[in-house]
Amino acid sequence: MPMMNRIVPIITIIAAIIVVWYASAVLMNTKWATDQAARKGVELTTVELIKDTWSQDRPRLPAPHQVLFDLWKSTGEMALKGKAFSKRSLIYHGWITLSSTLLGFVIGTLAGILLAIGIVYNRVMDMSVMPWAITSQTIPILAIAPMIIVVLNSIGIQGLIPKAIISAYLSFFPVVVGMVKGLRSPTLEQLDLLTTYNASRREQLWKLRFPSSISYLFTALKIGMAASLVGAIVGELPTGAIQGLGARMLTGSYYGQMIQMWSALFAAAILAAVLVGIISMIQSRVLGRLGIQL
Amino acid sequence: MWFVIAFVIWALGFWINHKLANGEYGQSRATRIAIPTIFGLTILFVWECLVRGFDVPMVILPPPTAIAVRFGTSLDILWIDFVQTFIKGALSGYVIGCGSAFIIAILIDGSRFLKKGLLPVGNFIAALPIVGTAPIFVMWFGFDWQSKAAVVVAMVFFPMLVNTVQGLAATNLMQRDLMATYSANYIQSLLKLRLPAAMPAVFNGLKVATTLALIGAIVAEFFGSPIKGMGFRISTEVGKLGLDMVWAEITVAAIAGSAFYGIVSIIEKALTFWHPSQRGHA
Repeated sequence: MPMMNRIVPIITIIAAIIVVWYASAVLMNTKWATDQAARKGVELTTVELIKDTWSQDRPRLPAPHQVLFDLWKSTGEMALKGKAFSKRSLIYHGWITLSSTLLGFVIGTLAGILLAIGIVYNRVMDMSVMPWAITSQTIPILAIAPMIIVVLNSIGIQGLIPKAIISAYLSFFPVVVGMVKGLRSPTLEQLDLLTTYNASRREQLWKLRFPSSISYLFTALKIGMAASLVGAIVGELPTGAIQGLGARMLTGSYYGQMIQMWSALFAAAILAAVLVGIISMIQSRVLGRLGIQL
Repeated sequence: MWFVIAFVIWALGFWINHKLANGEYGQSRATRIAIPTIFGLTILFVWECLVRGFDVPMVILPPPTAIAVRFGTSLDILWIDFVQTFIKGALSGYVIGCGSAFIIAILIDGSRFLKKGLLPVGNFIAALPIVGTAPIFVMWFGFDWQSKAAVVVAMVFFPMLVNTVQGLAATNLMQRDLMATYSANYIQSLLKLRLPAAMPAVFNGLKVATTLALIGAIVAEFFGSPIKGMGFRISTEVGKLGLDMVWAEITVAAIAGSAFYGIVSIIEKALTFWHPSQRGHA
């Protein structure tokens, strides 16, 4: 059974990670547990000690079930109570982050595709912009995030737009580099064939270059989406940490709320996984229709 | 006045590049370097002229000359920050993270089962926003460089692991059979065949990790750091509206990032000169 063949190893690895996690929780939280017990003047048996390390209010490393419980408490349970968009709900904070991620991602992707088309059809643009686009990938662009937020704030632009700009900027370059590769992927013979059909440049772009760039585009989209999310999260840090998943992490670190930080981190990870997963699904649909094997 | 100069410089830069690109030496190596350089200089000049022309306040966008002056006069601070963030935070994390990923990849390479489990999980984790672990590591390892190195380790580990495992699978059956006919043992065939064959993929991972390392070290400082470091300086100077200093730090980050990448690429060229992707460029 090929399906089982693939899933069993993955589940084993995940199970191993969870076991290691629980064991580390015992190791890292033991000191606090024994200190508390010594203060109360009681001796802890091993079982009691382990139980305590997995259920502390402010653990150094929360156990997985504590994180999942907090995650459920701040999402599902609040939604059931009809308070899905209250300020204490991770759905609210996640939505704040998601909205600027998506806005930035769309802007960055469209701008990236346009620039890639320009680069492919214009030699001057190719030779002057392309080296910079490639170099920019080796530069920690994320470092300018705080500056963009504060500068735009000082001229009265705040909220969604500055974060979206950072996200757009981060998803822009992977899309440019990927799309240029994709639009150049048709072979000389294919291009020649279109020339013999007397195809115009526009027809060449739409009927040959664009379809052959699709699989490159999707790879770039996945990288860009992950980068957009990181950009939005980091963009939430300098504004005084009011709303968004990044803000939840920062307030968590101010007040030593480890569990809150972990659940914000998990929320961000789930968001990233869902977004990249959606792109993968669209990818396999589209490539299937185009008859391209993955 | 400044607008006219900006426009003239823009037109001039474009005209030179147009001539160069479509000229007789359009494909030569010198032209390939000259065109992006002229493009970059044009942008800097136009930036300078527009900032002066529109009287843009320093707290929004300083002109390149002001950034250069600040860069020149604060070399000592920039150097301290560079050592703190790059050498102590990014580089130590990079070495530990990539080194351990490389060793673990070799260890799990023998087991099909582990590979099948770790590859999808590693690929999945590599797509997650690992930067978010920064506040957690800052709480565990304190404000100094150790927590930054830990974030870097977490960020570079999985991309490096996945690339190395894929690289070790790059040999084909014929090549491995040949080693078997030479009666090479595991160590010999690892050292003489599979590791050299894995090098292109390994360096792919190492190059991806250079950028991640610098990003991790800088962003982790936004969550708390001693009073030095590039991320610390950026976030505090932004707060004080000292944007010329912020841009000077960004310049350092850009130079450090591309130099780091460049050095790894040079080592790659030296070690994988035999690979098709490295040949034919001479």
